[in-house]
Amino acid sequence: MYAYDELDRTLINERVSEFRDQVKRRLSGELTEDEFKILRLQNGVYLQLHAYMFRVAIPYGTLSSKQLRRLAHVARRYDRGYGHFTTRQNIQFNWIKLAELPDALADLAEVGIHAMQTSGNNMRNVTSDQWAGVAPGEIEDPRIWSELIRQHTTLHPEFSFLPRKFKIAITAAEHDRAAIKIHDIGLRLHKNADGETGFEVLVGGGLGRTPFIAKTIKPFVPGRDILSYIEAILRVYNQYGRRDNIYKARIKILVHELGIEKFAKEVEEEWKAMGDVGLTLDHTAIEEVRSRFSYPAYEKLPHMPDELKQAAHDKLFERWRKNSVSAHKVQGYSIVTLSLKPVGGPPGDATAEQMDAVADLADKYSFGEIRVGHEQNLALPHVAKRDLAQLFKALDRLGLATPNVNLVTDIIACPGLDYCSLANARSIPIAQELTRRFANHDTADLIGRLHINISGCINACGHHHVGHIGILGVEKNGEEFYQITIGGRADENAQMGTLIGPAVPYAEVADVIEDIVEAYLALRDRPEELFVDTVKRLGVEPFRERVYATR
Amino acid sequence: MPLVKQGRLTTDLFVHVADGAELPGDGAVLVTAERFLADPEALLRRPGKLGVIWPNNRNLDELVPHLDRLASVALVFPTFRDGRAYSQARLLRERYGYDGELRATGQILRDQFVFMTRAGFDAFEVKKDADADAFAQTMKRYSVFYQPTGDGRVTALNRRMQLRHSESAGQ
Repeated sequence: MYAYDELDRTLINERVSEFRDQVKRRLSGELTEDEFKILRLQNGVYLQLHAYMFRVAIPYGTLSSKQLRRLAHVARRYDRGYGHFTTRQNIQFNWIKLAELPDALADLAEVGIHAMQTSGNNMRNVTSDQWAGVAPGEIEDPRIWSELIRQHTTLHPEFSFLPRKFKIAITAAEHDRAAIKIHDIGLRLHKNADGETGFEVLVGGGLGRTPFIAKTIKPFVPGRDILSYIEAILRVYNQYGRRDNIYKARIKILVHELGIEKFAKEVEEEWKAMGDVGLTLDHTAIEEVRSRFSYPAYEKLPHMPDELKQAAHDKLFERWRKNSVSAHKVQGYSIVTLSLKPVGGPPGDATAEQMDAVADLADKYSFGEIRVGHEQNLALPHVAKRDLAQLFKALDRLGLATPNVNLVTDIIACPGLDYCSLANARSIPIAQELTRRFANHDTADLIGRLHINISGCINACGHHHVGHIGILGVEKNGEEFYQITIGGRADENAQMGTLIGPAVPYAEVADVIEDIVEAYLALRDRPEELFVDTVKRLGVEPFRERVYATR
Repeated sequence: MPLVKQGRLTTDLFVHVADGAELPGDGAVLVTAERFLADPEALLRRPGKLGVIWPNNRNLDELVPHLDRLASVALVFPTFRDGRAYSQARLLRERYGYDGELRATGQILRDQFVFMTRAGFDAFEVKKDADADAFAQTMKRYSVFYQPTGDGRVTALNRRMQLRHSESAGQ
C-alpha cells in the first residue's frame, strides 16, 4: 500500500475546498452550467439521465480496508446504498446530489481518496495490473511507477485542458492484465540487455468509434526518463491534437494521421529540446516513492497446508478454488478474485454491506488490502492458503463466490441506457439475461475462458471491441439493436473483434450468443482450445453461418 | 475587462488595436501576430511599448527572434477548455527565456489562475470582476505542487527528499 503523507493529504484537501467553491458558485449562479460543466468533469462529476454521477479514483486498483469502508459509507450516506466498479479502476455512484458532493469528497479525502481527473479532457486515473506486487514473475512492482506518474499527472499546469481525455496504463507482468494496448499511453516495464529497468512505450491505443491498438513509439525508455518522455508526448499532443471535432481529438487520431514514425520523430525532437527540466528521476527520488509502499510481513507457510487438503473434498469449494484462486509469488499464499458478476446481477455492482464485509475479510485474511481489476471484479491479494476454505464460506454468504471468473458470465458491461445519457441501448439487462442463460456452472466450465464485453453505445465504455464476444448497442428507428463481434482480445495479443453480420434486436441477443457458443463447442478441435483461438483458426464465417442461417 | 498583473488589479496600459485600425501615435499597443509579422521593424520603431497577440495554433518559431524587443506577449484561450497556450507559455518562459509580460487573454476564469501562473503567465485579462477581485485569494488555494515548472515552486517530491535529508543529517 502507498501511504499518503502530509503533502498528499494537503493537496487533496485543497482540491476539495476548490471544488466546494466551484459548486457554491454554480449554485449561486455565478458560474453558468457551461462553465461549471468543465470544472465538475475535472473532478469526476457527470450529469446523467436521472441524476449526477460521481466517479471516484482507485489509483492502480489498490484499496485499504479503511478506504473501502469509506466508499461503503459514501454509498450509504450520499447514494442509494451501492456503487459500480468500472473498467478503469474507478467506482461510480449514480445518485449523488450536487449540493452534497463537497461533503462526500471531504469524507473520502480523510482516507486519501479523491475524484481528481476521473473525467474531463485531462490525464485520467493511472491504471495498472490488479495483481501488481503479488503476481509471480513480475519485473518489479509497477505501482511504484504508477504512483510517480499519478503524482506527476495530478493537477498538471500544462496538461489539464487537453484536446480530449488521456489514459495511461502500466504492466510489469508477462500477461497483460491492464489492457495497455487500448490506452493512450501503454507502459510495459521490462529490463534491457544491461539489466536496466525501463519501459516499452506504446501510444495511440483506444476504443470508441475509431478503435486502434497502440503502437510502440519507443522500445526502451529508462525508468529515470519516463516522466520527461511522457511530458514530451503530451506536449506534442496538446499542441497538435485536433480540437475541431470531439471524435477526432484523441491522440490515436493524431498518431494515425501523422503516422507513428512522424509522430515518434516529433516526440523525440521535443524530448531532446526539453533538456534537463527537473523531471529526471534519480535513484533517491524513485526510492523515496518506493519507501512509501508497505508490504505484508508474510509468514513462512507450506505450499499445501492440511486445511486445504481437507477442504478439497468439498466440491463447491474446489470448483471455486480452481476458478477464482490464483498463484501468488510467495509460497503458501494465493490471490483470490471476488466475482462481482452474480447470476442475474448488474456486472461490477457492490452494495455498501458487501463493501463493508469485504473490508472486514481483507483485515482478517489479506493484510487489510483489496484490489480492483478492469474486469470489474475485486481481489484479495494476500490470502494464506490455509484460510481459503473459511474465506470461501464467508464470500459465499455474501454472494461474492460465484465461480465464474474469466468465464462466459464474467461479463464486462457499461451502465448503458439504464443510467447513461450517451447510451443508445441498454447493457445491464443484456448482461443479466446472459448470466441466467449460462447460469449452470458446469456448462460455463465446459465452455472455458470466454470474455463477453457489452457497450451501450459507440463510446465503448464496455470495451466491446476487445471482448472475445463483443456486443454493441445501437439505435435503429427508435429501437435497440446490437452488433456482435467475435475474436477481440485486450491482453498482450490485443486485437479488435470482427463483426459477424447485421445487428440483431434486443430480444434476440441472448439467443445469438447461445448460438455462437454452441457453434464454438462443436467447432473447437479439443476442449483446451479457447473460444478466441477457435475464432482465430477458423475466422468468423462458420459463426456467421450458424447465427444467420435461420434468421 | 479587468487586468490582473503581478497579483493586483491594474489599469491596462495596453490598447488592443484591431487589424486595419489606425495605430495611436504613441502609447502601448497590442497587435495581432499577422499585423506584427507583416512589418515587425516598423512596429518596433514606433514610440510606445509593443505587444503581440499570438494565436494558440501558430508555431512560436516566427515569434522567437523578436522576443527581446517585445513588452508583452498575449496568448489566447478562445475557450477555457482549449489548453494549447499553456504549452506555448512554458516554452516561451522555460525554453526561450522570455521575461517580459506574458498575458492570458480570452475566457479567463479564476479556476485557471494557479495553472496559468505555474505555466509562466503574469498578466490576466479576467472575464468577470468577481474573479479578478478573488485573484490573491485564489492563488492561495494550493500549497502543494507535484510537477516542476519554470515558476520555481518546490515540488512535493523535492520537499520530501529535503525533509528526509535534514532528518538524517540531524541524527
